[in-house]
Amino acid sequence: MDVDTSKGRMAAYLRDHHDKVVGRWSELVAAGVRGRTSPDEMRRELDDLFSLIVRMLSDADDHAAGELRAALDELSRTRARDGYTPSETALNVFSLKEAVYELVADAAEMVPEYLVFSRMVDDLGLRTFETYSAAREQIISDQATTMLELSTPVVRLWDGIIAVPFVGTLDSVRTQLVMEKLLDSLVATGAGHAVIDITGVPTVDTEVAQHLLKTVSAARLLGAECTISGIRPQVAQTIVSLGIEFGDIATKATLADALSLALQQAGLKVVRA
Amino acid sequence: MDELRIRSGDDVVRVRQQVRMAAADNGLSLVDQTKLVTAASELARNTLVHGGGGAARVEIVKSANGRTGVKLSFTDEGPGIDDIDLALTDGWSTGAGLGLGLSGARRLVDEFELISKPGTGTSVVVVKWSR
Amino acid sequence: MERVPILKIGRTLFVSIQIDLQDDTVMRLQEDLADELAATGARGVIIDITGVEIVDSFIGRMLTTIGSVSRLFDAETVIVGMRPAVAITLTELGLTLSGVRTALNAEKGLEILNGRP
Repeated sequence: MDVDTSKGRMAAYLRDHHDKVVGRWSELVAAGVRGRTSPDEMRRELDDLFSLIVRMLSDADDHAAGELRAALDELSRTRARDGYTPSETALNVFSLKEAVYELVADAAEMVPEYLVFSRMVDDLGLRTFETYSAAREQIISDQATTMLELSTPVVRLWDGIIAVPFVGTLDSVRTQLVMEKLLDSLVATGAGHAVIDITGVPTVDTEVAQHLLKTVSAARLLGAECTISGIRPQVAQTIVSLGIEFGDIATKATLADALSLALQQAGLKVVRA
Repeated sequence: MDELRIRSGDDVVRVRQQVRMAAADNGLSLVDQTKLVTAASELARNTLVHGGGGAARVEIVKSANGRTGVKLSFTDEGPGIDDIDLALTDGWSTGAGLGLGLSGARRLVDEFELISKPGTGTSVVVVKWSR
Repeated sequence: MERVPILKIGRTLFVSIQIDLQDDTVMRLQEDLADELAATGARGVIIDITGVEIVDSFIGRMLTTIGSVSRLFDAETVIVGMRPAVAITLTELGLTLSGVRTALNAEKGLEILNGRP
């Protein structure tokens, strides 16, 4: 018997035993997720999947296959977002095999059909695992971005003078974020001076220096003068040994020195009261 | 999927507008939209000025992990590029204004593919993904 | 082709770009500015690009060229109102527009032209 006929017969079998299969499937899945979802809720979700699976088995047309993949992908992503484990997610699919097996166990003539069906379900189960992984990675990356946002405050040091700290290792993603915040802040405050503090940057190599230069470049396009503060002795030595040139960008050891310079450039003077 | 012809300065403006819409409608941040449209402007101009005119295509694509992206293709049947490596180096120029075009555009997008042979024209395909 | 209008107020020429810039439009602007500078002896040029969403390498270089040409007429050029997204993109392209001054808005641009910080 060829694969398509097997699939067709299994499709018919499943249709005939719709309620029993979906019912048992829902029970198995609900049990597997330790009661986080009730069998009834489960049942509604699985019912749709079931119909798509039967359609795919009987039609063997691309539409059904495509819809099924999309439905499974959506299920995986939802599970990933809701904090289910990868196993719990894959279980959603694999337990269908168990539910069906329990039924055909006695009907010896469904064995070849079951084998074909089982292979198909295995593929679907693996797919949910892939999609789940990808979804989790996306969540982690989103969280990283949020953390980045929160750790980049822009501070107003004085009228027309703002400061932004770079903390941690500088990569292009972080640099872009700092640039955006810095520039938006320049527009919002009308500041003409920006102090970029790198005390919190552990090492400055050519790549980091390039990110800094880019940031200064962008701020200058908005008419702001920039000072880099927080140059530590070891960092200074590394910069020189690497031959990095900061050109006409002023650099200072401390934030205080940078503020003093910015005030001077702004034509302001601090006088004892 | 839209195909836009590039035969005049007006067409370049139209390409920019289409790309802007596609980028905005598909979840790209403002900075990413600006980068993509700017890249499109560079590439469309190249197609017009150095390729003797051609066409652009705007497509929406989906990555394996569900992210949406905008894919742009620029094709022309112009003279083609002799030395691709050279063309992609900063500062290369065969005429006023080409210098930063290709290498600049490449830095603005996530994926960049250039196929060109002297005599058979040039094709540039770029993709920018939403985050 | 659209032409960008040039306004003269005192000794300063004001240009406000509100449209999607075509290559010819920018080149025409450069020519028109040169003509105006020669005709009026203006000492400063303010180009307001608050309304410009895209500045690519061609337009960027044009702005620098305008700066150079103006300097030959002993006039200083200030580009004002660049949008953050545009600044970030230009920086990524490697363009620093080092030949012209920049400012957040026309008011600050005027302060630069009048010699104040």
